[in-house]
Amino acid sequence: MTWLFLQAVVSGLLLGGVYGLVASGLSLIFGVLRIINFAHGAVMMLGMYASYWLFVLVGLDPYLSILVTGPLFFVLGMLIQRIVIEPNRAAAEHNQLLLTLGVALFFENLALVLWQGDFRTVRVWYSGASFLVADVLVEVPRLIAAGGAVLIALALWGFLRTTDAGKAIRALSEEPEGARLVGIDVARIRGVAFGIGSACVAVAGALVTPFFYVAPDVGESFNIMAFVVVVLGGMGNFLGALVGGFIVGLAESLGAAFLPGSLKQLVVFGLFVIVLLLRPEGLFGARRGR
Amino acid sequence: MAGRLGPLLAVAALAAVPPLLPKYVLEVLISVLFFGYLGACWNILGGYGGQFSFGHAAFFGIGAYTSTLLFLHLGVTPWLGMVAGGILAAAFGLFAGYLSFRYGLRGPYFSLVTLAFAEMLRVIAVNWKAVGSSLGLVVPNRGSAPVLFLFADKLPYYYVILVMALGALAITRMIERSRMGYALAAIRENEDAAEAAGVDALSTKLAAMALSSFLTALGGTFYAQYFAYIDPSLTFGPAISIGGLLPAIVGGAGTVAGPLLGSFVLTPISELTRAVLRGRAGADIMLYGLILILVISFLPNGLVGWFRSRRPAAGRAA
Repeated sequence: MTWLFLQAVVSGLLLGGVYGLVASGLSLIFGVLRIINFAHGAVMMLGMYASYWLFVLVGLDPYLSILVTGPLFFVLGMLIQRIVIEPNRAAAEHNQLLLTLGVALFFENLALVLWQGDFRTVRVWYSGASFLVADVLVEVPRLIAAGGAVLIALALWGFLRTTDAGKAIRALSEEPEGARLVGIDVARIRGVAFGIGSACVAVAGALVTPFFYVAPDVGESFNIMAFVVVVLGGMGNFLGALVGGFIVGLAESLGAAFLPGSLKQLVVFGLFVIVLLLRPEGLFGARRGR
Repeated sequence: MAGRLGPLLAVAALAAVPPLLPKYVLEVLISVLFFGYLGACWNILGGYGGQFSFGHAAFFGIGAYTSTLLFLHLGVTPWLGMVAGGILAAAFGLFAGYLSFRYGLRGPYFSLVTLAFAEMLRVIAVNWKAVGSSLGLVVPNRGSAPVLFLFADKLPYYYVILVMALGALAITRMIERSRMGYALAAIRENEDAAEAAGVDALSTKLAAMALSSFLTALGGTFYAQYFAYIDPSLTFGPAISIGGLLPAIVGGAGTVAGPLLGSFVLTPISELTRAVLRGRAGADIMLYGLILILVISFLPNGLVGWFRSRRPAAGRAA
């Protein structure tokens, strides 16, 4: 029992790191654009395929593929924002939500058309590597994914704190009107934020490919998890997303350990509904006008 | 539209022509009416009230499962089971709606919470052996048995869904011209202002939610009887939620004819894509995604809104 619990905690924390990075990207996009991006999971899925094909065709290690997919998906994110979202800035809030839903449907089914629904896996030499800590199994690829995700999220946080572009992003997310008045090119910064968010999720996708399957609908579950995490951590709250990731990862993995079948998802959704209802501003967020 | 004659002629054609049509065309028409019906149900809450549910599959699934389980275990005819499913779905809608509205969830937050409710029901159905888990339930078809909502032929199903779709449009029209319709529109435009003007936003939204979920559940029973098979992802999955939302948005949310019109445009496109690109699963939904983006970008008020804006003389300022 204790062992099962400990094992679940470790798995949950490792999973939570990845959720944290996925959700950080979503949170950044929400903070700046005030859009709940339904296409986030689909972008992650494309990122996973990109890493998969780089591995299969060129033999590039999934971790190294980040160097390619990161910049590539930054550009893709900027293009999505520039072509689809920016022209509809003035549209009603729910219409912007539907735009991202349209993007998600398009990408997900594009992948289905191009690569069919088969589950694909990247088998690298370290895929099965693991070690024991006090009888608790730690899988090396999961450890690397969680550690890498947290490092990248923290690096990004530093970027937002220290650089001019980062400060402009934060200014825009806190005071859009003021940011425009002090001469920040808001349209450009919105594109940059969408680009960074997309790069984050593509990198998270690359980090999980050594131990996760790739399929057109793989992003859906990550997308919903990311919603849960972002709501938990507070919409637009970057570090909150990271902490929220660990909470959701723990909830899911404890649910999996102690509930039969796929009922673990019920724990996560239950948590989601409760947080949405009771604290839609997030566990750590200050109340903000909605 | 062309006065009162246009809609009347359209209904007459829909009633008279189908017996002459080949089976494949009839099946496409059933699909058109089915998604038009789902769109009309969604439209009551989403289009008129501005509450964008992303989880109407919850109600659809409750309807499909209730009538099917009552039929399989107790032999209750789905005609009655349909009503039972509708009542259960309305109760669930009131529960979910009360929680969401009571805690002030608006806009995208409401969309997210409805999505979560539908997904929760899907997970429960997948894990519940007594309701068939992920294997689903088969509705045994013993040939033609109209009393049991079973027909040997497609044509009777066509007339059932035609009556349901026209009924949903008639209800929408009644709501549009009622006090509730004005209250819903006021909430959609500005909820705080509506409340200040004396609209009881909570009970108006709940009434729309209950009606919308009741009607959506009836669609679930139709689906179960027509396809004779249901499973958790078919009935509770996001495809159904989107299948209702999309025709309403494309046709024109918050208009009577919008959802049906939207389905008349979307469904044949999807059927055609599937027929032409056989073996390329997903092409039709990919196109849907593209159409959704284009419609929101260029026709934000849907097809009906576009017609109206082209004929400003027809009354009704945009």
